[in-house]
Amino acid sequence: MALLEVNNLDVRFALRGGDVRALRDVCFSLDRGERLGIVGESGAGKSVAAFSLLNLIAKPGYIAGGSITFDGEELSGMKDRGLRRIRGNRISMIFQDPMMTLNPVLSIGEQMVECLKAHRRISTREARAISLHKLNQVQIPSPETRLDQYPHELSGGMRQRVIIAIALLLDPDIIIADEPTTALDVTIQAEIMDLLLELCEKHNVGLVLITHDLGVVSQVTQRMLVMYAGRVIEQGPTREIINDPQHPYTQGLINALPQMATPGSRLNQIPGSMPSLSNLPSGCAFHPRCGFVNDANGEPRKACLDKVPGFVDSGNCRVACHMVAELVNQQQRDSREEIL
Amino acid sequence: MIAFLIKRLFHAFLVMFVISVISFAIQDNLGDPIQQMVGQSVPESERAELREELGLNDPFFVQYLRFAKNAAQFDFGYSYIFNEPTTQVIMRHLPATLELVAATTFLIVLLSVPIGVYSAIKPRAWLSRAFMGVSIVGISIPVFLTAIVLIQLFAIGVDFTPFPADTAWGAWLNDLLSTDGGMPAYGRGNPVHVFGTWDTNFSSLEGLTYLVLPAISLASIMLPLFIRLIRAEMLEVLQSEYVKFARAKGISLRRIYFVHALKNTMLPVITVGGVQIGTLVAYTILTETVFQWPGMGLMFLDAIERSDIPLIVTYLMIVGLIFVITNTLVDLIYGLVNPTVKLTGKPA
Ligand SMILES: Nc1ncnc2c1ncn2[C@@H]1O[C@H](COP(=O)(O)OP(=O)(O)O)[C@@H](O)[C@H]1O
Ligand code: SF4
Ligand SMILES: [Mg+2]
Repeated sequence: MALLEVNNLDVRFALRGGDVRALRDVCFSLDRGERLGIVGESGAGKSVAAFSLLNLIAKPGYIAGGSITFDGEELSGMKDRGLRRIRGNRISMIFQDPMMTLNPVLSIGEQMVECLKAHRRISTREARAISLHKLNQVQIPSPETRLDQYPHELSGGMRQRVIIAIALLLDPDIIIADEPTTALDVTIQAEIMDLLLELCEKHNVGLVLITHDLGVVSQVTQRMLVMYAGRVIEQGPTREIINDPQHPYTQGLINALPQMATPGSRLNQIPGSMPSLSNLPSGCAFHPRCGFVNDANGEPRKACLDKVPGFVDSGNCRVACHMVAELVNQQQRDSREEIL
Repeated sequence: MIAFLIKRLFHAFLVMFVISVISFAIQDNLGDPIQQMVGQSVPESERAELREELGLNDPFFVQYLRFAKNAAQFDFGYSYIFNEPTTQVIMRHLPATLELVAATTFLIVLLSVPIGVYSAIKPRAWLSRAFMGVSIVGISIPVFLTAIVLIQLFAIGVDFTPFPADTAWGAWLNDLLSTDGGMPAYGRGNPVHVFGTWDTNFSSLEGLTYLVLPAISLASIMLPLFIRLIRAEMLEVLQSEYVKFARAKGISLRRIYFVHALKNTMLPVITVGGVQIGTLVAYTILTETVFQWPGMGLMFLDAIERSDIPLIVTYLMIVGLIFVITNTLVDLIYGLVNPTVKLTGKPA
């Protein structure tokens, strides 16, 4: 059994006009030391997925169903007291905007020491020593002085290093990083990403990396999920998905990359935009934007309009698409005929 | 630190300058000091002479300079009513007002922080809703009405007997609905002399009872404002990313509320609140009148009624000064609490 297993996760926001379903049937797993990427347009539900793993979604959000099993323990219905043992200790998080993540009125040292003290019975002196060690690991210049500085005295990149140090403080099994470089200067994005990758590899820490940068995903992660409108629509080994995307949406994402456009021409953007969760199209939520919605006769596939596609296995990947399902069935029929 | 103090001092001077010009303009335009000094029978020629002698015919600017020079030495002339230097009159009334404001501030701080924090942490609890409801009522009822109701309930007492008094339950209910009264609601009682013009109500339990009703009614508007301010700030802070991050670190809720959130909540509250405490001094006029509390507010109304211009002007200047001092103190405290402010006055 994998270290972390998420099955049929269903997360909703109880709004006045009724529940908005932010995640449906989300399934994935993470082995010890494995790095998993989650990609998708903004609003796809990536952050909601990240926060619900530790049951940190704020009201009116709630986990309506499914299971989150970590190291044999079920987290989805767990009381806050039990979750606190795991948060920051065995699973830690890195947030998107380092300018907002640290408390402005507490020193860096205080914010590190309190985290250690929340999980271990140690003295402040020991906690400071460990903090210093971690600040060294994230390669912050003059770490001793940083301990007594306040967040506003550090640049964004420095702060994200501090946050990475905090995430590593208790030698966690998994780090969940929600777009850890999006808010940073382009010039230091790569630096921070390299640092995170290096530390995860060195300490055998699992990583759930949320990003919309496919380049980063392919450099850092071994497996990936593609999300669309609250659902996972394709998952598998990162290399295979990037090289040979099956789902029309994933294909669209990859075709939209700047390096895929012929020089001088416009980018190949996917037409349209992601639907609002409270008003999803019927059937496959992607069908209004999909270039493969029509079947061989040029008619829209009835299944695409009526039925939410289930997963089919295609090579090492799992894809939720009626068209891919037809292809896979066709191939299976062909190979069966060959054998006969 | 030094730069901060110099800057604040400069601000203080500027504010005091504006207040002094206004005060002087009032003095210059309200009433005729000669009229106040001499009787009806004094002939016009003598009046003119006196006017010239007192420098009342000098240009505005010259008169203002003379006023400012004296004011800097706390010399604002003589009170008509009391026939003694106005500063002396003020000093006699100041302690009563300051003690009332101190008791009120104590009440506000003691109650607003826990209530505000509680109703932010548990916004849906019935107790929070009750606090919010009562605070709206508190804000919207004028101070003098609150004061009168308090006096009726706790000083005079009410006998409310809607139930049959000859049955045990009826007597019990009647008792529950009636109040005994007996709280002092007039003046300061017998305050104990400390030094100079300062008599205190704080030295004995009996003295403190005199403060209870006036302090509650003076707090009745500011306390709800503070509760709502603290609640609103705290609610916002609890939505912040750094609170979320603290939760993701596995920090206990208690520490998140009282270390992470409260400190950030109190920063804006200190600034707004400090200014409000300063204005309390001015608010005392109503409360002191209703409770005949012998402070500056009561004195000020007296001075207005009897057109004691020098006393009015002195009151304005002193209240202005208190305002400036509290504001400076508040800024100083804010700078000490908030690490992002270096005490140079500008954010680092
Ligand atoms: N606090 C909230 N209240 C209501 N709906 C929310 C809230 N947070 C997120 N959602 C819904 O969840 C969707 C996914 O959000 P999010 O996970 O932040 O997207 P992203 O993939 O960009 O991280 C949003 O489009 C929104 O519909
Ligand atoms: S299921 Fe149909 S509409 Fe959806 S992606 Fe596949 S082909 Fe397109
Ligand atoms: Mg997001």
